Formats: sequence, C-alpha cells, structure tokens
Amino acid sequence: MVVAGSASGAVLYATQPLSFWGGYDAASGRVTDTHHPLAGATAAGTALVLPATRGSSTTTAVLLEAIRRETAPAVLVTRGVDAFLALACVVGQEMYGRSPAVVAVDDAAFERLADWPRLELRDGTLVRVDG
Amino acid sequence: MSGESGAVRLSAFDRALLAGEEGEAPKLAMRILARMAEVRGAEAMLDIEAAHIDSTIYVGDAGLEFAERLAGLGARVRVPSTLNVSGLDEFHWQEWSVPPEWAEKSARQMRAYDSMGTIPTWTCAPYQGRATPRFGQQIAWGESNAVAFANSVLGARTERYPDLLDICCAITGRAPAVGLHLDENRLATRVLRLVDVPEELAAADDFYPVLGHLLGPFAEDDPVAIAGLPVVPEEDQLKALGAAAASSGAVALFHIPGVTPEAPTLADALGGREPVAVLDVGLPELRAARRELTTHAEGALDMVVLGSPHFSFAEFGKLAAVLRERGHGRASAEVEGCELVVTTSRAVRDLAERAGLLEPLHAFGGRLMVDTCVLATPMAPGITRRLMTNSAKYAWYSPGLLGAMVAFGSLAECVESARRGRVVREPGPWD
Repeated sequence: MVVAGSASGAVLYATQPLSFWGGYDAASGRVTDTHHPLAGATAAGTALVLPATRGSSTTTAVLLEAIRRETAPAVLVTRGVDAFLALACVVGQEMYGRSPAVVAVDDAAFERLADWPRLELRDGTLVRVDG
Repeated sequence: MSGESGAVRLSAFDRALLAGEEGEAPKLAMRILARMAEVRGAEAMLDIEAAHIDSTIYVGDAGLEFAERLAGLGARVRVPSTLNVSGLDEFHWQEWSVPPEWAEKSARQMRAYDSMGTIPTWTCAPYQGRATPRFGQQIAWGESNAVAFANSVLGARTERYPDLLDICCAITGRAPAVGLHLDENRLATRVLRLVDVPEELAAADDFYPVLGHLLGPFAEDDPVAIAGLPVVPEEDQLKALGAAAASSGAVALFHIPGVTPEAPTLADALGGREPVAVLDVGLPELRAARRELTTHAEGALDMVVLGSPHFSFAEFGKLAAVLRERGHGRASAEVEGCELVVTTSRAVRDLAERAGLLEPLHAFGGRLMVDTCVLATPMAPGITRRLMTNSAKYAWYSPGLLGAMVAFGSLAECVESARRGRVVREPGPWD
C-alpha cells in the first residue's frame, strides 16, 4: 500500500492512463478527458483503477482539490507506484486529514481487477466484493 | 506493493529540517518530501540547484490554501526558483471577462508564491529566459513540457515534479535521488525510427507537434530515442516536440542522435543495449496522427490561439513575417468575430515589443495574453468553442478543459484561418 486507508467502492477500471488536469472535474467528481474511455463516468467515491497518470504536472493539484471537496475516489489503484496520486494524498492528509487510499499492484493483479464489480481494502489487501 | 521499505538515508541537514530547526515551512516541506522519497523507494536525497514551480496555477481552493499555508509559515526558497504560468494576466486581466472572485483567488495564489523569494517569470517556457539550467545540473522542475525540454535539450536532470512537490524541493533545496536524476535511468530503452520522411516535411514547424503526439503513447514514461530524422531541428521545434509528447504521454526525456546532448550516436543514447521496443513511423502514421489532433475539420472559428508552450522571441519573428506577407487585414468584415490570441511571457513580450515584432499583430487586431495560458484561465470564455492552433498541447487539452472543438494546423494556416474566420488548409509537405 502506498497511502494507507480502509475503504471500498465500485470498481471503475481502465487500461489507459489519465491526466487529472483536463481529465477530472473536481466540482462534480467526473472524468472529463474526452480521449479517455471513462469519459463521463462519476469517479467520486469509487475504486478507480488506472495503469498510471499521464501528462500534466497539475494532476496533483486537481486531485487535492477533489479531496478538499470530497469528490475524490475512495481508493486509487495503479499498476506500479504512481507518485502523482500518492503526493496529492500525502498532502491531503497534511491539509485536510483525509485522502483516498492508494494501492500499487503488479501487472497480473492489475489484469485480475478488470471484471471486479466492487472492491474493499482490508488490512492492506484488495478484496473482491460481488453484488 | 513497493515503496514501503522506509529505508531513505536522510542527511544531517534533512533531519534538521524535519526537526524544525530551520522553521515550520521547511519542516512541512521536508516531511512531505521524505514521505515521497519513501513512496518512490529512494535510497537518499540529493541537492538541487534550481526549481521551476508549476504549483502557481490556480485550479481550486486547495492549491491556494496550500500556498498560503506555506507562505504563512514564512516559506523562502533555498535555490533560484522560476514560476510557471498563473491563472491570470496579472496586470491586464480586466481587459478580459474574468469572474472577479476567481481573479481575486488567482491573484492571492500569485502573491503567495511571489512572497517566497522566487523569480516571477510566470511562464511555461522558463528555458527560453535567463534562468536556463546548464548541462548536468540537478534541478527540480514542474510543468511537463519544461521537464521534457530541460532533460532532453539542455541535459539538465529532473524528474517530472508535480504541483505541490516542486515547491517543497525549492524550500528545502533537496529532492529524492531517483529516476532521471541518476545516470543509469537516462538511457533510452525504446526507439522511434522515422522511415522515409522527406527533408521538406521534417523541416516544417507542424511536423514536430505531430511527431510528439505519436511519441507520447509509444514511450510510456521511459526515455526514448528518435532515429532517422533527416534534419537538425530548431530550438522551438524541439520545444513543440516535447510539449506534444508530454501531453499525449508522460515523456520526460527524449534523445535525438547528433542533436541532443546525451546522444552523440544512437548507440550512446541506448548505452550500447538493445531497445525493448522499436516503432517504425512513416508518412501514413504521421498523417494519421496529424488528423487525430483535429476534431474541428472545417467551418467557422471563434479563436486562433498560438503559444503553448509560451511563444518565443523567434516565434514572434516568424509570426510577424507571415502576417506581413499575408497582409495585416482580415479578409472581410464578418470574420471579426474570430480572435487571434498569442500566449507568452511578459519578458518575451517586452523584447518582441522593443524589436518591433508586435506591430503586425496589433495591426491585425490580435491580442496578447501574458503570465497565463488559455487552458489555465477563464479569461477567454465564450469565444473558445471552435479553436484553431499550431500547438499539439492546446489541441490535446482544449476539448477536456474548454469543451472546445479544435483544428490543428501550421503557423501559416493558423494566420490565414484567422484572416478568413474559418479553417483554411494550404498545400504543403503533408500532401
């Protein structure tokens, strides 16, 4: 686990990286990047599973704003450590005393998550939740 | 689940900062840095000689509250630190339609970073100013295009520093010793090989945003070499290449054999190893990538926007030449609804003004926007539904950030389109 926490949420899964700047609306908690397969989906409160972030260095400021407004995902899962998401959550803890949990998984675990309906983070382990 | 080892070797200075011996701001900054060093699996921290702060862009109250927390704790930067664009043209925002509450908060964020002893450059192209880093220098830069340029073209050494972390590095003068700070991670592992690209096309300005657009997804976040380029690109062409590749991907370092400083040859760029992936790119792939940058193929335009990254002195020279050649005026009265906007830094604007390079733009009725960028400000609302640009970065981000439709074109096509108020294509090396 990169940033600790216990949380659960519906799995929102994509194999394409996402820039939160220009890609995540902190006011509504929705994905807005028109190039991205999750465009239009509400990510607030979900378990957002992405390979990584991409592009702009402002991704962190957008995620921090979502943490402030409580429109951030509940859990962020990436393939390998994504330092941008981790940073926003570390600063979120400093500033607001809360943040999504951040988990890094390997390639095989990342692929397994593709058809999970929901997941729960229990003692640092991702657990599949059906129904 | 890597990054939990917690085995970062902190220096006596790092520990003193953590203990608050240098004050509360360095203490907070070092606490965040030490945590991030752990996340990245760093073994140690290193000294940096400069920083470029991207955290200046106002995107919401959280970033402002963070800036004011640091400023309120008396934060001062320990190394020369330039500032990226803000959300506002500090002295001219009233000429545009900016909501006053937004302007007030954006200005507060500017003042907070200004108060820390930084250099108020307010530009996303800090490498084209007086604070250009030197070869081999360890620096902590934010702004994705600036990171790509500093690593690739200058041979300085920086990771992609995100907002909020860049300022922590500047306040402490320290950074986790990981990634592109270290020799062994700077070698190319992938090669994009250009095949049968005509010299005439490779010399064209609009070739480089397109090449960068292709490079981003292929490179992922690994250093990448570009082989087979038949010309030596100009500085602004390399700038456009890096900006495009850092938008469509996370490219922070590219090598071009015989052009960029760490790649005298392709073998040098690869460190003598075999690449893990090779992508052959010819005219069909390039044409397809160019089409992909356009979502508004024809018809009327609301705005033509140039200058992402910020327009350089040389680019103002080219624009002035095109405007003079085409005649300053618009083609007819009804195209006056189409704005021509150029984004740049205040320093470059002043130089261009003194050199007389802005006269054709003023004569055309074009406008300058300094300190910021159309993507980072609500300064141009309502006129940004149908855009044309020569920047792949503007083309990439405008649909998501502005809800705009975009046409990508060359500088000449952009100028001609502004004159006519609709998308104009011209015959050229792409045909």
